[in-house]
Amino acid sequence: MILRRLLSRVATTLVTLFGVAVIVFAVIRIVPGDPVAMMLPPGATEADIARLQAFYGLDKSIPEQFFIWLGGVVQGDFGTSITTRQPVLGLVLSRLPATLELSVMALVIAVALGGLVALTGTRLRYTRTEGALDVANGMALSVPDFLWGLVLILLFGVLWPVFTISGRVSPQLVPEFATSFFLFESVVRLRFDLWLDLVQHMLMPALALAIPLAAIIGQLLKQSLKETMHLDYVTLARTKGYSENQVILREALRNAVLPTLTLIGVQFTFLIGGTVIIERLFSYEGLGNMAIDAVINRDLPLIQGIVLLFALLFTLVNLAVDLLYAVLNPRLRHA
Amino acid sequence: MKLSRRSLLKMSAASVTLSVALPAFAQAIDELVIAYNVNLPSWDPTVGPSAVNPTIQGLYQSVFDQFILQQPDLTPAPGLLTDWGWNEDRTQVWMDVREGVKWHDGSDFTAEDVAWSLARAADPATGNPIQFVWGTLANHRVEGNRVIADVAQFDPTIFKWMYFLTGYVLPKAYYERVGAEGFEAAPIGTGPYKVEQYERNAFVRLRANADYWNGVPEFETVTIRFVTDAASRVAEVESGRSHVTLEIPYEEYDRLRERAGLGGVATPVSDIAMIFFNDIDVMLDENVRRAAVHAVDKQLIIDRLLSGYGVAISTLETPEYAAFDPSIEVPYDPDLARELLAASGYSTDNPVRFTIQTTRGFKPKDYEMIQAIVGMWRRVGIEAEIEVYEVARHYELRAADQLAPAAFYNWGNSVGDPTTSTGFAMFGPSPHSVWDSPDLIEKIVPLWAEPDEETRIAGWKDVSRYIAEHAYVLPLLQYVQPVLHASGVNVVPHASGALLPHLMTRA
Repeated sequence: MILRRLLSRVATTLVTLFGVAVIVFAVIRIVPGDPVAMMLPPGATEADIARLQAFYGLDKSIPEQFFIWLGGVVQGDFGTSITTRQPVLGLVLSRLPATLELSVMALVIAVALGGLVALTGTRLRYTRTEGALDVANGMALSVPDFLWGLVLILLFGVLWPVFTISGRVSPQLVPEFATSFFLFESVVRLRFDLWLDLVQHMLMPALALAIPLAAIIGQLLKQSLKETMHLDYVTLARTKGYSENQVILREALRNAVLPTLTLIGVQFTFLIGGTVIIERLFSYEGLGNMAIDAVINRDLPLIQGIVLLFALLFTLVNLAVDLLYAVLNPRLRHA
Repeated sequence: MKLSRRSLLKMSAASVTLSVALPAFAQAIDELVIAYNVNLPSWDPTVGPSAVNPTIQGLYQSVFDQFILQQPDLTPAPGLLTDWGWNEDRTQVWMDVREGVKWHDGSDFTAEDVAWSLARAADPATGNPIQFVWGTLANHRVEGNRVIADVAQFDPTIFKWMYFLTGYVLPKAYYERVGAEGFEAAPIGTGPYKVEQYERNAFVRLRANADYWNGVPEFETVTIRFVTDAASRVAEVESGRSHVTLEIPYEEYDRLRERAGLGGVATPVSDIAMIFFNDIDVMLDENVRRAAVHAVDKQLIIDRLLSGYGVAISTLETPEYAAFDPSIEVPYDPDLARELLAASGYSTDNPVRFTIQTTRGFKPKDYEMIQAIVGMWRRVGIEAEIEVYEVARHYELRAADQLAPAAFYNWGNSVGDPTTSTGFAMFGPSPHSVWDSPDLIEKIVPLWAEPDEETRIAGWKDVSRYIAEHAYVLPLLQYVQPVLHASGVNVVPHASGALLPHLMTRA
């Protein structure tokens, strides 16, 4: 059952990616902004424009350019970046780990904070503390991540400068690692000085990304938990003599967490999207920061590569959540 | 010690106060850290969009030398070329090459490097965006310590391009050995700093070139962080993590430069703000154009919107440019503007209407400036509708000659020659000019190839006067660039706007 589901999702993913590729390719060529027009200084003639267009392969028709690009993609060649003159795939893959590590750290913080808020709110339901938590949750939810970023920069970067507010790692500590998953590899290699430095750099952007998501998780999980607390099996657990904490953690949480899990999957993709602005704000050298530069410079091959990779990430995360949901939900597991 | 909630609060407050009162910039600077406003996409200063991005040139000039040195006031000086010129009939150029210069890998810099760099820039296959300039020289060859090239098409500004965009000398032997990818990975030049470490989108760490021919830079190590967000750059300097930054809001600059431990330097740079007029619709009426020019109080815009950071201009030439003529003045005169409009049948009750295009946020207060100008125009009988677009759209429309009757733009000319300001902006056949009237084309054509420098500059001054009299364009102001820095650093501003760490010293 799960295998058939998996195959069906893989097929859907391929169709989705093709659709994304077609749309992105067409849209970025239709919207204003010709990379050659931006590159040419005044004084250039029509012949100079034509020369550079041919140099970058932009002199062909859009369908022609698309099939040339698609032919390359199928063979693992995503083209060459106009601004950096480097292969797009290499550029994108070199930045992806930084974005993934930041996103995962933000997710962990969001789940921890949101879970804590939900559990505390449920445990202290119908008290003033629950009300205060709801107000704080509402505030966290109503402020977008980039504004949280600015607040954090002001608080912990300027007024009380205890955290680093730009970059991913201190220049003196940039490692010569086998992968770009610095956070993970620093643990494997027991480089705890580097690990600490990385965390110090990532904490502020990760927190800015995590706060709104934590609020959403907290709100939904608490709602699910409160609904579950009235169900028969929970009442049965109470009559068995379980303490309120045991009832919440052992009985209610397991069932209440399922809708939250789906939500986390969906929100995680939004969180990855949110890294674009946050990485820019914190000068974090991830994929999002690179994406903004690519758009500013109309680096068409790089934009295509980044968007395609983001699309792939989104579909993979959704696929993973679907499968996890199927595994965790007994009704689906035994269907 | 007994800890209570009150004592803990006191300690926290004290630590906050201390951290604010004793920021890192109060200490002696060992390693200079600069928060830079753009990323560096590529290390090849002759290819791709970054080669023509004026903001990136400061980074390139830290590592590479240009053929000719440009001094902070924009004037040329002997650099890797110690002397240069044309032969008598101007069919050849000659360039004498400095001796004793070393590349960062320790190898000797030679005339071969200069000849190869020029030939490479002229080769269309390399994708140099300025190839049309370098292609005016051909058959580059070395004779001892001299490089000679044939003039394929005479360009009186060719030597000025040698300290302008893409005018860099690259290492022939090294580049041929490592290729383009190897060069991107480990670039070397003859410049004041060597690249020690480079992380794309993050930072570049530079080490002083101990063999630099023009004096070893004072700061042994310089880290340039790419901090593209203005608020983050302010925070970087305010917290003492970076010592120097640029391109921050004028209000922030004024707030911070007075703070203990910080200072600032603000000087005019070679960028100007202007409004193109297109030779269409109501702009064909000279009265309308002249009224639009006389109705704008540039000084008021500078004072109120730019906190005084700007210099009002009447032509496309700034005081630092070679063809600046202070006698050309187009005063603010709203009464004259009303008279001119009345002569064409327009008034505040029957205003002339057109569209003005502008960017929003591309340059400091660009949209706000246009809003203010539209307000000034309204008072004399001009009703302009603002259309906001991206700068990329501006380039496209300008190349296709489809701009609105009026369009805001900023023009950079760090070489200071009139061809690269008034010339390219106003010469009709160029795809980048907007006003295309035959009278102006006729006046400009002879200047492109005028061999006598004095006659050439005088000619461009005449053109500027002619343009001002007929109001073919509305020059607004010359930008002033504020650089915020720790008080432990002396920053020497460069009129090109380039932030050059090798010109910085300890205070």
